[in-house]
Amino acid sequence: MMRSDLTPLQSGLALLAALAALAGLAFSLSTFTTAPLLALVCSLGALSLVRLIWPFSLWLDGALALLGALALVASLPAEGSMPGHHWLALVAAWAFAWLFVERLSATIRLGKLPETGTGLVIPIVFGLALLVAWEVITRGANVPPVLLPPPSAIGARFLAETSILWADFVQTFIKSVLPGYAMGCLAGLGVAILVDRSPFLKAGVMPIGNFMSALPIIGIAPIMVMWFGFDWQSKAAVVVAMTFFPMLVNTVAGLNAASAIERDLMHTYAASSWQTLMKLRLPAAGPFIFNALKINSTLALIGAIVAEFFGTPIVGMGFRISTGVGRLAIDLVWAEIAVAAVAGSAFYGVIALIERGVTFWHPSVRGGRA
Amino acid sequence: MTTVVSAQNLGLTFPTGDGDIVALSDVNLTINKGDFVSFIGPSGCGKTTFLRAIADLEKPTSGTLSVNGMTPEQARQARAYGYVFQAAALYPWRTIEKNIALPLEIMGHSPAEQSERIARTMELVNLSGFEKKYPWQLSGGMQQRASIARALAFDADLLLMDEPFGALDEIVRDHLNSELLKLWERTQKTICFVTHSIPEAVYLSTRIVVMSPRPGRVTDIIESTLPRDRPLDIRETPEFLAIAARVREGLRAGHSYDGGAV
Repeated sequence: MMRSDLTPLQSGLALLAALAALAGLAFSLSTFTTAPLLALVCSLGALSLVRLIWPFSLWLDGALALLGALALVASLPAEGSMPGHHWLALVAAWAFAWLFVERLSATIRLGKLPETGTGLVIPIVFGLALLVAWEVITRGANVPPVLLPPPSAIGARFLAETSILWADFVQTFIKSVLPGYAMGCLAGLGVAILVDRSPFLKAGVMPIGNFMSALPIIGIAPIMVMWFGFDWQSKAAVVVAMTFFPMLVNTVAGLNAASAIERDLMHTYAASSWQTLMKLRLPAAGPFIFNALKINSTLALIGAIVAEFFGTPIVGMGFRISTGVGRLAIDLVWAEIAVAAVAGSAFYGVIALIERGVTFWHPSVRGGRA
Repeated sequence: MTTVVSAQNLGLTFPTGDGDIVALSDVNLTINKGDFVSFIGPSGCGKTTFLRAIADLEKPTSGTLSVNGMTPEQARQARAYGYVFQAAALYPWRTIEKNIALPLEIMGHSPAEQSERIARTMELVNLSGFEKKYPWQLSGGMQQRASIARALAFDADLLLMDEPFGALDEIVRDHLNSELLKLWERTQKTICFVTHSIPEAVYLSTRIVVMSPRPGRVTDIIESTLPRDRPLDIRETPEFLAIAARVREGLRAGHSYDGGAV
């Protein structure tokens, strides 16, 4: 019988991990000398069956997963496919990692470990497990690098080409995304305030904004290149076109978010419409405006990268991706994708942090009731 | 005696897609300076609509209404009244003191005068010490006290209160009622107070206006014979009970006119 402190899922994972390790050990006995480390980890994994009798700390599961990952990467053959029992070890290491995360999150849920700090361990373990599996599978199964390069190759390329990647980042993110984002969001905000003041504009501008947002980026990007030239200006223009409408719609909705009673209050003070806007309606629209800022932070990056596919100086993330695919330099493409993902997440994260500071009062931020 | 609010043959009709709704019909009423007037009646009797008409939040469709001898709109522009709503309606992004400062900022008071008035009105409603709190950190009773402080901050002589304690439990409500009486005594303001609680109306008021629905109209105006100084246990005296009985009778008369349809 399994010890009762494990859930059925955890028991199943523990059993799978130990049995896969045991099978891996059995198969590795014949080729013991080629990968002694792996055989060692497999025997340790098989030993985890002692949890049937004794308590087995979740940190031991974590250690087994880590050791397994290290042994797998260290025992990868220089060429050719990986022997069969390595795959069993991969299954065991994966199951140990999963079991570790399962038990850790259960412990946090029960309040036995603090959420802060230990809560971060879970996504890190998940990300590392994914990277290790990617590395072992691509190299172990001899996947052609053109289809999917291993992370180590992408990392090596990243380190070798930092100057190119930096130049691309500056061209795309600093020169195209940031100015375009700022202009698009400010324009959307300004037009929303104007639209709000005049029913005529509301009837006239909203459908045009809607129409603009429906234009395919693939269609407007070449036109912007013809209007604003090959350099960053045309990319910034595409970003403006992409970010304008989400900001417009969200702000128009947000300006109507103040309740009737809150507006009546302003009316009883005989407040001017400008005062009502600045002291009530704009602050009340804050959560909506930040929503648009967050949506736009990812849209802007996508827009700039895609726009660079349609005419660009010989620098920029989109340019590098399109030419990299053509020259089969897939690891460079992946390195650019990694840069884009990190830059996009960081951009989003910064906006989300500012949002927490500015709309601290909103129930969704302070975690309370309205 | 100075007349603060005067209504003659006042009528107010809301047009709706389903035909007109007569919210007020032929209301005649005079409110004098220093009065504490309660409006009581079942929902739909137009008591809130009448208060909103005084505040220029609704436009009467017939008759005349004057506030401080002006039209309601002129009175509103002159910041003649403070309005306390059913909900506290404090802005959640402002601290309590900043909420009370809101009308002062709009009306262009200097920062020094703002802080002096904030301190004074917060003391008046017993909220001193909570200046830096946000509204969502306070109880419902304290929020409503802050909203009263906000209405008092710019020193209008007329205070319009629309069921301000309707959402609070009875213990808090009793407490705030006696505090409101003290506040009225100290500030000498004219107060119009909408309620649907008979004891509350009798306890607070110098005059009680009984209203009835469909169409909203005044059925009785009762002058209170209670002394101005009212401890909470005045509510057990025969005098108090007699006035309450008359209010109840007025409410029932309004209903029988309706053919007992409610």
